[in-house]
Amino acid sequence: MKNLLLISEKCLDEKKLLQSNFRNLRKSFSYAKYALNFVLLVSFLSLSCSKKNDNQTEISFWAMGAEGEFVQKLVPEFEKQNPGIKVKVQMVPWTAAQEKLVTAYASDNSPDVYQLGNTWVPQFSALGAIEELNAWVAKSSEIKKEKYFDGIWDTNVLDKEVFGIPWYVDTRVMFYRKDMLAKAGYNSPPKTWDELYDCAKKIKKNLPTEKYPIYIPTNEWAPFVIFGLQANANLLKNNATYGNFQSKEFQQAFSFLINFIKEKLAPMSVSQVTNIYQAFAGEYLNMYISGPWNINEFKKWMTGNLADKWMTAPLPNISGDKYPGISLAGGSSLVISKHSKKKAFAWKFVEYLSTPKVQLELYHLINDLPAVKAAWNDPSLKDDVYLKAFYKQLQNVVATPKIPEWEQIVFSKLQQYAEYTARGTMSVDEAMKAMDLDVNKILEKRRWILGRRSE
Amino acid sequence: MKNNNLKALFVFLGPAMLAILVFFFIPVISAFAISFTDFDIYSLGNFSNARFIGLRNYTQLFEDPLFWTALQNTFFFVILAGPLSVCVSLFAAMVLNAKLVKFKAIFRLTYFMPVVTTLIAVAIVWRFIYHPRFGLLNYLLGFFQLNPVDWLGDPVWAMPAIIMMSVWKNFGYNMIIFIAGLNNIPSDLYEAATIEGASWQQQFRSITLPMLAPTTLFISVITMIGYFQLFAEPYIMTQGGPLNKTLSIVQYMYQEGFRWWNMGYSAAIAFVLFFIIFIGTVIQTIIQKKLKQA
Repeated sequence: MKNLLLISEKCLDEKKLLQSNFRNLRKSFSYAKYALNFVLLVSFLSLSCSKKNDNQTEISFWAMGAEGEFVQKLVPEFEKQNPGIKVKVQMVPWTAAQEKLVTAYASDNSPDVYQLGNTWVPQFSALGAIEELNAWVAKSSEIKKEKYFDGIWDTNVLDKEVFGIPWYVDTRVMFYRKDMLAKAGYNSPPKTWDELYDCAKKIKKNLPTEKYPIYIPTNEWAPFVIFGLQANANLLKNNATYGNFQSKEFQQAFSFLINFIKEKLAPMSVSQVTNIYQAFAGEYLNMYISGPWNINEFKKWMTGNLADKWMTAPLPNISGDKYPGISLAGGSSLVISKHSKKKAFAWKFVEYLSTPKVQLELYHLINDLPAVKAAWNDPSLKDDVYLKAFYKQLQNVVATPKIPEWEQIVFSKLQQYAEYTARGTMSVDEAMKAMDLDVNKILEKRRWILGRRSE
Repeated sequence: MKNNNLKALFVFLGPAMLAILVFFFIPVISAFAISFTDFDIYSLGNFSNARFIGLRNYTQLFEDPLFWTALQNTFFFVILAGPLSVCVSLFAAMVLNAKLVKFKAIFRLTYFMPVVTTLIAVAIVWRFIYHPRFGLLNYLLGFFQLNPVDWLGDPVWAMPAIIMMSVWKNFGYNMIIFIAGLNNIPSDLYEAATIEGASWQQQFRSITLPMLAPTTLFISVITMIGYFQLFAEPYIMTQGGPLNKTLSIVQYMYQEGFRWWNMGYSAAIAFVLFFIIFIGTVIQTIIQKKLKQA
């Protein structure tokens, strides 16, 4: 708007100039005709040129972030093995990925095969954008359910139908300062909630007030859900059509975590921590529940005599009888567009990316943890001290409720109420009551859809 | 002759009108229609999953506490940042217009620079200025023996922090327009006033301000419209937090529409915002007219 006004002002100044040029303009219209013909001719020629490789099929593949940047390096080998297929890789930034994929679907321009964060699978299946893969898996010699971690595979299954093939995995474990825990008397990381709390208390004794034992940011919903699941909470009820965050189990888990913030064992404000790794290096934070994407950053920041001062561990459990406790099944899946005309080729590419060898290559390129268990036998993974906790944790991961609304429920509501309670504007009881009301409102459409389906 | 004119009119205006029709009016009208449905992710896949729900989006909106929070925040921002921005740009324009100031072009350029800098780059710098532990602003507060403030993390200070940054980012643009306005005031008015013995305050009140009235109207309308659409600053700096104290209407609309795909609801928010801006503009025009008559 502003620019338009500026331009129109400028135009007024140039009005006189234009008037004198008006006669010339008329002449140039006839030139424009020639120019237009020329453009048409060129575009026609270029169109006919691009058609020359008739026996080659090109499939389009969209990948996000680092994957999008580096997966290109895995493509030549695939094209060598399958001379008839070309893969066109398109990189999409994570922040815009969902928007772009939905718009692409709405305008019937979906790529043949694409990467999808596994919590997005329910949304895209609700859209009807992605292909059911049971029949494909049944025929495949490469892709079999047994080859994958159970919890991870399960994130892609809706009503017994597989919609995505796990590409790489992640889950949340505990990152901690070995030396600070040892100083507090913990030579091995806490294995139960009680130990976690006790450990935090003891670390705090060795710290000045502005430093904290643990980091529980209210803008990360995952720990709240993880601890809720460990406490055996049913997050949604009645076939996931109503919220159930008021349950005793979830409230117990939720208050347990919020309590760390209230007792100043964890910082209240997220803005105080601009760089977690730097904060770890300065003992400003000493425990943090997070995912494998942090490993490289930790290695980068914890150098010199700090290099051996940090470690990863599986998550503690609510009580001591079973360790480790549950964590979340994260990662990305490969999906095939329902409207693709080249599904067989796309599937071939998915199979190629799922071979243990290529999975390992991806790990070596960008440290994405392989979804195929066989790849974990490679020494580069097996002997990595920081990955041991992840391997152990991956045996005990579960999927979050598989409904399209889940992301809105946790990102917009759970995080909001976590912040409200942490800052003390609401009690846990009030917050969870409000949470359930909001969730029930969000799920209204789902209830209607399910009701219509059963009619 | 008349016929010829009409032809020329169509040739020159036709393409633009067509573009406006296709890319402006049709989307706006369909958005208006969507605001009466519960169009969402289920409906994108299958149109029969959209229901016509009449005014329910609008009634729900007025019961939505988050909407009221967003509305309140946006008004707070417009009422504080709007006049502040206009005053700062007027002040900067007058200073730069003063005869004593040298290197005017350089100052003009410097003050204009934030306007053309990408917000992402600016936001990164300002995040460090506002950092609670090693930020520049808290360092300055330290000189006055004041306690450090967690600018972006404190519910009380987050919005003022956003306001400060937005005013800094935007005043250069209005300043340029004010400079143009000041240059248009004939200098003999000031000469006559000086001869009559008017002080600079009197000159400011009786010459500069009235002569700048049209410019001020233009600037305040444009600024108000722009500020009601506050989005990028909080989106990058605070994501609406802490405690939703910097959540703006446009941001709420964006979240509902493009994050959670509640297109119907989001369209309803858009039209409420349109209505508010419309009213604001009308009020401003009326006030300005009254001032002119007085």
